[in-house]
Amino acid sequence: MSPQVHNLQELRRSASLATKVFIQRDYSDGTICQFQTKFPPELDSRIERQLFEETVKTLNGFYAEAEKIGGSSYLEGCLACATAYFIFLCMETHYEKVLKKISRYIQEQNEKIFAPRGLLLTDPVERGMRVIEISIYEDRCSSGSSSGGGGGAGAR
Amino acid sequence: MSVMVVRKKVTRKWEKLPGRNTFCCDGRVMMARQKGIFYLTLFLILGTCTLFFAFECRYLAVQLSPAIPVFAAMLFLFSMATLLRTSFSDPGVIPRALPDEAAFIEMEIEATNGAVPQGQRPPPRIKNFQINNQIVKLKYCYTCKIFRPPRASHCSICDNCVERFDHHCPWVGNCVGKRNYRYFYLFILSLSLLTIYVFAFNIVYVALSEYAGQCPLLESEVLICFFTLWSVVGLTGFHTFLVALNQTTNEDIKGSWTGKNRVQNPYSHGNIVKNCCEVLCGPLPPSVLDRRGILPLEESGSRPPSTQETSSSLLPQSPAPTEHLNSNEMPEESSTPEEMPPPEPPEPPQEAAEAEK
Repeated sequence: MSPQVHNLQELRRSASLATKVFIQRDYSDGTICQFQTKFPPELDSRIERQLFEETVKTLNGFYAEAEKIGGSSYLEGCLACATAYFIFLCMETHYEKVLKKISRYIQEQNEKIFAPRGLLLTDPVERGMRVIEISIYEDRCSSGSSSGGGGGAGAR
Repeated sequence: MSVMVVRKKVTRKWEKLPGRNTFCCDGRVMMARQKGIFYLTLFLILGTCTLFFAFECRYLAVQLSPAIPVFAAMLFLFSMATLLRTSFSDPGVIPRALPDEAAFIEMEIEATNGAVPQGQRPPPRIKNFQINNQIVKLKYCYTCKIFRPPRASHCSICDNCVERFDHHCPWVGNCVGKRNYRYFYLFILSLSLLTIYVFAFNIVYVALSEYAGQCPLLESEVLICFFTLWSVVGLTGFHTFLVALNQTTNEDIKGSWTGKNRVQNPYSHGNIVKNCCEVLCGPLPPSVLDRRGILPLEESGSRPPSTQETSSSLLPQSPAPTEHLNSNEMPEESSTPEEMPPPEPPEPPQEAAEAEK
């Protein structure tokens, strides 16, 4: 792990992108949005397994909350139907509210946990909810950098 | 010493989206390219409703009750609103993979399948997943360079992968998928009710007013209603059946869940009420396309302007075609709902033709 601490802006400015890792969707529970918690080998030297898993599990929890089928979602659906869906012109759906929460959470995680380790999480919504993209930055400043060969997206 | 006013034209993401869609109102409206049949649908609905309100309603409101045109107007407005929602919204298009992601997936595939000798056809790219104790295969889409989520399919007409793909409906001028299926269902349901209502009052009018054949317009209205009735009501019945079983038209046609050796539908809750509630009242995922997001200048193909540059260099490279639809107005116009969407089966050949890559 890089011995130097970076903040987010410094990371984007000074570090160069080494490679990207993509956490795929986990469809074992159906079509709801969940991501695999399997720890990618590329991150082995950059972040603790437990921290990574916790982040992904929290994200999965948020998505499950957004897609939860229950009393409140039915109420929202019926109310929207009764107004011929015009209500969505002025009201945010429950799903959109949770997506905003997720966005804030990812920002927070990047600032506190990932950027200091030379990593950057991209919000899945920017990738069509297909993957969680984790950018691994090569630490130019540090002499003891242990990241894999730069430039190759295929470094395994 | 002249002052150069540099006006920046912002490039929005919809202008650079791949696929064969048209966008209107600066990316707020998204439809398929061929809209001719959609205009026909609008014409039939508006035309018949206009005739109904102009002729029958004036008589019936006086003779029977003023509630008759009021209820017809409510039904009409509801079906127009749901039609426009179905036609103009993103059906659940899955954006294509960016180059980094596509390369990552390709590597994973090669690692799984091993290198293919030159000249040989590579094996089909399939991933197996277990959902609710059933094995479901995920197929790789060569166009979008992604493994399609379960129930997603690639629409060959719009050239997009769509989540929970039902079918491509030329009558609404758009694909029907996860995000707009409920609007589509409510549209055909309200249209069925409206057609039944108009047809019934046509009969009442003919009987009460002792109609003696003076008005060919009225006769054509009745005829259109009659034919629409059978097709739309039949279609509504079919989709009610699909909703109750939590299936899509695509799955029904392909027979994904029928047959002895096939897996049972893992998405059904086994309970009709629960299935209906999930499909029609479940949470509505927002569009992930971000059509109105602004592209950074580098991506839009223009360099950051110097003070000397004029605005012409900042125009997007390939402006997407835009059209002004007369249906952009909200459904305040009155018209009789007359449509004749054919039963679903004619559409399937289009989906069956889409390459199962």
